[in-house]
Amino acid sequence: MSAALAPLKLRFENVEKRYGSLLALRRLSLQIEHGQAVVLVGRNGSGKTTLLRIAAGLIRPSSGRVILSDEAEGPRARVGFVAHQTMLYDELTAEENLFLFARLHGIRKPAPRVEELLGEAGLRERRASLVRTFSRGMRQRLTIARALLEQPSLLLLDEPGTGLDVPGLLWLAGTLRRLRDAGCALVMSLHGQSELSALATRAIRLEAGAVAADSAVTGAVEPVLQVAGA
Amino acid sequence: MALLQNAGTLLGKELRTELRSRELVTTTFVFILMVVVLFSFTFDPTSAESRRFGPGLLWIAFLFAASIMLQPSFLREQTNDTLSALRLAVSDPFAIFLAKLAANTIFLLLTEVLLLPIFAVLYNVAIWRVAPQLLLVLFAGSVGVSVAGTAISAISSQARMRELLLPLLLLPLLTPVLIASTEATAALLADDPVLRWDWLRFLFAFDVVFLTALWLFGEYLLEE
Repeated sequence: MSAALAPLKLRFENVEKRYGSLLALRRLSLQIEHGQAVVLVGRNGSGKTTLLRIAAGLIRPSSGRVILSDEAEGPRARVGFVAHQTMLYDELTAEENLFLFARLHGIRKPAPRVEELLGEAGLRERRASLVRTFSRGMRQRLTIARALLEQPSLLLLDEPGTGLDVPGLLWLAGTLRRLRDAGCALVMSLHGQSELSALATRAIRLEAGAVAADSAVTGAVEPVLQVAGA
Repeated sequence: MALLQNAGTLLGKELRTELRSRELVTTTFVFILMVVVLFSFTFDPTSAESRRFGPGLLWIAFLFAASIMLQPSFLREQTNDTLSALRLAVSDPFAIFLAKLAANTIFLLLTEVLLLPIFAVLYNVAIWRVAPQLLLVLFAGSVGVSVAGTAISAISSQARMRELLLPLLLLPLLTPVLIASTEATAALLADDPVLRWDWLRFLFAFDVVFLTALWLFGEYLLEE
């Protein structure tokens, strides 16, 4: 997992997103480089989830452009996404879920990768259990393992600490740190200070769909996180 | 090639989850059985009346059952947002549709095949001598129902009043399939059974047209 990854840039150019009369993102422009760990903070409804889902390609912006620098390879080829929901099938086992998504991602021999991720997530002994029997924390570990299947160059995480206990958070922080150091760009929304905010190399505060503060401009990460009350 | 591999992988997932829960096939089979039995008790048709009205009754029952079966097809992908995971994983979203419509066709055909002997006994209709031709008609009709139904299921799953929307959109859209399938089935259950290729060609044309539309525009149906 610590192998160097091909560089990838994510660029938002004047991106707007409307839901009826509600403007969720307002002419948002920013660029995220490989190896950056960007923490998005802001109140509920400030546009964090919309930004992440647009970056993942799940939502089309109402106007503006989102550019991934590796588009020749397929626009979403190396993007991992951890959403609010688990994105897992409750009626499949942990192992079956990982095999399913590994095959869909085109991983030719998925068994070693699935084995490695089950081990890292501490789920090896529950590999044959249906996901619906898992606790919230176990589901979240498996969700994160699913997002890491293809060794992403861009990893988008929407409140990834949800449901994780302290050992789970430490595991996640360690995993994300290794990814960041290997050149993976991380963009994660957080609600509170945790082991994860310590990873940030950049913090962006969103207010009403626009960038209210960006440590790339202001210079220091900590004040942006604190101003948001995160 | 990746399209077929992804569709195959997803079809395996659909079959495995249904095999574990048996929700769709059981519910649909019980529904069709109730309709057929209730009609039989209500009208007590003679053999001649059965040959005349039976095919229409059978296909109306299949259509209503399909609207029940197709409802959860995309709806259950919303529960844990697995549809987003699928969209991120597959290179061509048509693979998702291909897998769903293949699974829906298999489930629908299975319930139809299970029901046919019961229909034959209750309505005193000889189906055995035309069983292969009847299976061909069932297949062509079921593919038509599944192709259109899978598309409507994708649309309705993201809408409000989704439970109402699917049958409202689906049943008028499937009127041509209902007519063609009923006519082809009626010709097979007549005193001198004949396979009506004109109606079969119509059904296959419907299947191809809707499949092509799904291939061309399916991606937009999956967007949030």
